[in-house]
Amino acid sequence: MHRTLAIIEREMRRFRRSPMLIVMSMMMPIVQLVVLGYAFGGNVKHLKVAIVDQDHGVPAVRIRELAGAIATGNHTFDVIDYSDAGVALADLRNGVVNGVLTIPPDYSRRVITRQEPTVALISDNTDSFVSATLSATMAQVVGSLGQPVKTTIRTPSQPSLQLVEVYPYVPYIQYLLPGSITMSIFMMVMIGGGIIFIDDKARGLHEGYLVTPITKFELIAGFNISGTIRAVIAGAFLMVIGSIIAGVPNPLDPMRMMRLLVVITVTAFALISMMFLIMVRISDPLLPRAVFGVLNTVLYFPSGAVYPQQGFPKWMQVIAAADPFTYAVHAFKSLLLKNTGFEAIAFDLGFLVVFSVVSMGAATMLFRRTL
Amino acid sequence: MVAIDVRNIVKRFGDFTAVKGISFQVASGEIFGLLGPNGAGKSTLIRMLTTLLPPSEGTALINGFDVARQADDVRKAIGVIPQAMTSDLELSVEENLLIFAKLYGVPRDRRKRLITELLEAVELTEWRDKQVRNLSGGMRRRVEIARGLVHEPKVFFLDEPTTGLDPVSRVHVWEMLQRIKSERDLTVLITTHYMDEADKLCDRIAIVDHGQLMALDSPMKLKASVPGKNVLEASFSSAPADWIEVLRRLPDVEEVTGHDHVFRLATGNGPATTMAMLQTAAQMQVSVDSLAVQSTTLDDVFVHYTGRALRDTLQAPSPQDNPFMIRR
Repeated sequence: MHRTLAIIEREMRRFRRSPMLIVMSMMMPIVQLVVLGYAFGGNVKHLKVAIVDQDHGVPAVRIRELAGAIATGNHTFDVIDYSDAGVALADLRNGVVNGVLTIPPDYSRRVITRQEPTVALISDNTDSFVSATLSATMAQVVGSLGQPVKTTIRTPSQPSLQLVEVYPYVPYIQYLLPGSITMSIFMMVMIGGGIIFIDDKARGLHEGYLVTPITKFELIAGFNISGTIRAVIAGAFLMVIGSIIAGVPNPLDPMRMMRLLVVITVTAFALISMMFLIMVRISDPLLPRAVFGVLNTVLYFPSGAVYPQQGFPKWMQVIAAADPFTYAVHAFKSLLLKNTGFEAIAFDLGFLVVFSVVSMGAATMLFRRTL
Repeated sequence: MVAIDVRNIVKRFGDFTAVKGISFQVASGEIFGLLGPNGAGKSTLIRMLTTLLPPSEGTALINGFDVARQADDVRKAIGVIPQAMTSDLELSVEENLLIFAKLYGVPRDRRKRLITELLEAVELTEWRDKQVRNLSGGMRRRVEIARGLVHEPKVFFLDEPTTGLDPVSRVHVWEMLQRIKSERDLTVLITTHYMDEADKLCDRIAIVDHGQLMALDSPMKLKASVPGKNVLEASFSSAPADWIEVLRRLPDVEEVTGHDHVFRLATGNGPATTMAMLQTAAQMQVSVDSLAVQSTTLDDVFVHYTGRALRDTLQAPSPQDNPFMIRR
């Protein structure tokens, strides 16, 4: 045990003198939280829609008025009048406008004679988000034409859906925060437990340990515990800073912070154990750097940190089920967004503990006591 | 008492045999030098003796413990300074020693006393709080020497401890080792490329080449074992094709080797051979471009046993050559 403590002491003294390590491990998660949070969190606005009115009748004017109302109301799109459909389509192809709404010459006549009046929306479908937003908004505009005045029936025959939201509105940046905390832990694990560990090995520093009477388990335990402490510090920093940036209500609630710290610790231990299992037989300093991005992508995106897992294909759901990020992100979401207690995250904690024990056991078995 | 007992030890890496059945003994208290060209198998041998590599065949007893079967007992009995500088650069001099004392389980009261004594011995007391990254190469080596002795080992292994150091630092390291050894019950096994150091400091020397033991004796006896008391090294121009045969017939010459226009003559009487050679050269109208006469050195012994062929071998790149690693 005293040898494990010596390894921990050595690692912590080195860490204290490398403050850049913590800055590096937090930079990417914070930047990602802010950039992704604000990039994906808002509604699409000020799209350019060309309107080619070939009809000029009263019903056509009604469509243009409704479109104009959207432009001045929630600003989903701005309207530009075109007289020539060919020019409008050319501008669509050149990216000057995002869509072309054409009101055909017989539109008013068809409206009056009730002969299935149709307007055409030609949209730039190379950007599916823009295309979907335009289609949905235009469908609303067209759908609202000719709607009868709403009357309330005392005993309605049609069932209706009433939406009740359990939690206050969660902006996307808050939805991302659990993933960002997990990523800050991972970054510290990757830099401290992966890159620096292999660099030390390549420089021959490990030879110094291997000629002492330390056992394989003592050595791995020392590296794992010291790596966990470093990753907990990074995770705790991001928990506080990220909660403030994302606007989590009551970010310094002591009870929630205590529960979050437990999850951060268990997550850190699981990730560092996994990292040592991956790195235990590696000695080329290039490898941890090469797998850094791959690992980050494979662990972060399937975890449900940025998109619900229910939308994943089957094969990705299999990855997600084995991914420790999944359980960490779920636990952080429960605590940060729903303010739950431990009962809601018991399975997540259990998985991460079992994952840690299995990884550390395997790493100890695979560790070579000789060169 | 025998401190190191190497018994027909062999190390194979796949088809390549790096150490081919070496045996020798080192007595307790001895300074034992291991010499050999690059790739001769010295480091592999040291790594087997320090439990870093398991032997393929044979064994070695260190302080009475088998390196394969009683590795932990061996580790407790030895101090090791590997070829690479392995101190923690972010830690201070004292912290480096402290961590290793803890790894060896040195009790707290002894730890403090030993660290103070060792820092004094390697003359780093005034630098004890400085981070190792700020020290020169020679000072770092002294930190490692102190670190290797922090648990009071019985046998001390040093793998090329002076390689890369400037001449003053080299002398300093060797003087320090001698002083430390004189104050402790310590057996030292050392590898080096500096023959003058080995000559002055080692009680006995083993010359290893191609994984085999080529010679083993005291420096004096090794020097006596090679032909000649003196070595003449001369270069000539316009020498006839049979010039080497002419040189062999000169008085007291025992051995002649030639490479390009440079010839080395091992002779029992340096002055007489020199005079005769100059006269012969003048008679045969061969001009002497350079001439040096010296006593037989360990360099001559080394060349005698290992040959003059260049050892161009491939080796693993140094970590510092890796463009992805942070330079330290």
